Amino acid sequence: MKLSFGLLRGTGSLIALVLIVIVFSVTSPVFLELNNLMNIIVQVAVISVIAAGAMFIILTGGIDLSVGGMVALAGVVSASVVRSSGSPALAIVVCLGVALMFGILAGALITYGKIPPFVCTLGIMSVARGLAFVYSGGIPISNFPAAFRFAGAGSIAGVPMMVIIPIVVYAALWVVLNRTPFGKIVYAIGSNEEATQLTGINTRKYKIIVYALAGLLTGLGALMYIGRINSGHPNSALGYELDAIAAVVIGGTSLSGGRGSIVGTIIGALIMGVIGNGLNLLNIDPYYQSVVLGTVIVLAVMIDQNSKNQRA
Amino acid sequence: MTYALEMQNISKRFPGVVALDRVTLQVGRGEIHSVVGENGAGKSTLMKILSGAYRKDEGTILLDGLPIEITSPQSAIDAGIGTVYQNLNLIPDLTVADNIFMNRFAVRCGVAIDRKATRLGTEDVLGLMGCDISPSAIVADLSVADQQMVAIARVLVGDIRVLILDEPTSSLSPQEAERLFVNMRSLAARGVSIIFISHHMEEIFNVAERVTVLRDGGLVGSWGIGELDEASLVHHMVGREVREMFPKAHVEIGEEILRVSHISVTGWVDDVSFSLRRGEILGIGGLVGAGRTELVKAIFGAIAGRSGEIFLDGEKVAIDSPEDAVRQGLAFIPENRRDEGLLSDFSVEDNIVICNLQKFTRGIFVDRKSCQTVSDRVIREMAIKTPSRQQIAKNLSGGNQQKLVLGKWFLRNPRVIIFDEPTRGIDVGAKAEIHRTIGELAKNGVGVIVVSSELPELMGISDRILTLSKGKLKGEFDRRDFTAERIMLAATA
Ligand SMILES: Nc1ncnc2c1ncn2[C@@H]1O[C@H](COP(=O)(O)OP(=O)(O)OP(=O)(O)O)[C@@H](O)[C@H]1O
Ligand SMILES: [Mg+2]
Repeated sequence: MKLSFGLLRGTGSLIALVLIVIVFSVTSPVFLELNNLMNIIVQVAVISVIAAGAMFIILTGGIDLSVGGMVALAGVVSASVVRSSGSPALAIVVCLGVALMFGILAGALITYGKIPPFVCTLGIMSVARGLAFVYSGGIPISNFPAAFRFAGAGSIAGVPMMVIIPIVVYAALWVVLNRTPFGKIVYAIGSNEEATQLTGINTRKYKIIVYALAGLLTGLGALMYIGRINSGHPNSALGYELDAIAAVVIGGTSLSGGRGSIVGTIIGALIMGVIGNGLNLLNIDPYYQSVVLGTVIVLAVMIDQNSKNQRA
Repeated sequence: MTYALEMQNISKRFPGVVALDRVTLQVGRGEIHSVVGENGAGKSTLMKILSGAYRKDEGTILLDGLPIEITSPQSAIDAGIGTVYQNLNLIPDLTVADNIFMNRFAVRCGVAIDRKATRLGTEDVLGLMGCDISPSAIVADLSVADQQMVAIARVLVGDIRVLILDEPTSSLSPQEAERLFVNMRSLAARGVSIIFISHHMEEIFNVAERVTVLRDGGLVGSWGIGELDEASLVHHMVGREVREMFPKAHVEIGEEILRVSHISVTGWVDDVSFSLRRGEILGIGGLVGAGRTELVKAIFGAIAGRSGEIFLDGEKVAIDSPEDAVRQGLAFIPENRRDEGLLSDFSVEDNIVICNLQKFTRGIFVDRKSCQTVSDRVIREMAIKTPSRQQIAKNLSGGNQQKLVLGKWFLRNPRVIIFDEPTRGIDVGAKAEIHRTIGELAKNGVGVIVVSSELPELMGISDRILTLSKGKLKGEFDRRDFTAERIMLAATA
């Protein structure tokens, strides 16, 4: 029973991941090479970090559509800060800070302003993207000092930060979700918010914390993103909100909240990365990749739903 | 003398409803105090004000003589007020242990939940209540009775001065209820003041020392239990004489309408056969867990893995799903009505209309006019207390939600209707009405099956009673042979 929380949920996605890996390792000889596997992780690093925050929000029964716009805005603002001030530390703080502020704003509007999360974050998506264009005048800002690029392009002992950061983030969030009262409260709010409130928990406060956390993770994602491509552009991270939600959903988290595992989310992100990478190795038209990915999302959720029914 | 808890002149209005009008409640230290009244009288509202779920419009609350402002659930909990809500308010996706320790987890190293302490604490408190639910079970998977136990256990782990129990026994077996009463008495002996809400007269006379009676949001009065008998208490509640509790009209019993033969459900029901005739009310008795609900659910096609055959009007029919059953003219009113029968965010009218949509359709449109007349009729006939048919179902009092679910099924004109615990959570006056309605159905030639744990009800309305014990049919009694002893004996066989 206890297992169902951390592991069994999202079995569908695990099975899907294993099957996909088997198929690609048969069809493409280089697929299983260490270099390529690293590549996959690097490719999904940004999305997986952002998806972790999206997952917390979805667990509470909410949704976040603003991440793409936030990555763009945090990116261009911090890029211009590092260019004008020359201080990478300041720029990093600005990048995280901008995203954090928007997260808190979303949380406050949703809880105190009683705006549905879908509408609220849809608005923020548009505002953030627009501000990114206004601020940058539509012109990308490129070439940053190495210290600023560290999260995206640096490495420790030969292991890229793009691999280290997701691992650290997921390990930490696993502990938070499964071992701390805060984690239980996140599940509880999504499962039955009124009942949670009646146990004396200030659910508004915790929802704001969740949106703030997601904002912070989006800021971290932005830092990795612009560090990697070495350029801040108002058009960056288009469609990331849907990719993040897709990763969460493929990973078996219920869109109505209360159920899901963080392990599932990383599997979900990996599935998306593996499919993209594998199809690339097979030289398949990117348009087809989108078709395959959509199919996999539906299939993974279907397997998961059916294995859940058996338990009930 | 100062009371442990005093609520003075409490008023509360909702749009269109005065839920409470200057109600006073005084509970002594270590006293078990019953609050009684009809469905919608305002009992739960009064309790929710005390527990911080609602804010009062007017009035004062004193704890041990000192005024206290209860502004949120947390402030009530901090003041030592523990609440078991009528609709339980558990968190379905979390485990039993997580539910019990939600908001009071023991932590190690300042952050991590001490899981061992949580598990042991859960086992302790559940053991105290004499139930062996696994701490790691997911709450949504538990039976209603077990969920009720978890809801009570959750309050008992806290340090409480005042305990509110809003209809805690409505889904417990008599044994479980008795166990709860033992716990209540020992808590009271330790000085905890207990407010106990129930529609069962015998329970009130069994545990309560005082009763406060509410009617239509107003205070009728407060009495020591010794100053009252059942009849006078009921009279205070409803403000009129309750006509016969079990009106039993004479009905011509017709030919056989339903026959089931060799019904089995693995683990629950073992080779049960019986038949039912037009106009007959067939009672099914037995202890909780005897397989009664499973039997009727199996007949209705709501349980997978049933064996045996079902005949309607002498013809063998295939009922493998509730959809088949409804098509064949069966109706089933489940025990767990709030979850299985109510659209709680929809209006009273929509609830009535949606399960009978084809009745209200003209061409491709919904006939609004007839929706309105019919819902008004159901509200009137079932005596549902609501300001209008537009009221959202979840804003009705618990008992009125039950009446709503019953009412919408009555509209269906079924050939055979099956009730599982039809009067659970329903006040005495309305109970008599529901018994009368069941009688009406029979008079119109419908075959009626009633599963009930209340022996007086079963004996009062049935023409024939079957008793189930451990899934087997253990007794069959005609109305003239009904005695409580014989039926109980067969049920415990
Ligand atoms: N949130 C709400 N919004 C509107 N009306 C409400 C709300 N809560 C309760 N009411 C109304 O207040 C009145 C009192 O309801 P309450 O739940 O206190 O009754 P009760 O005595 O507990 O009845 P029962 O025995 O059926 O549980 C009812 O008419 C009910 O419809
Ligand atoms: Mg009530």
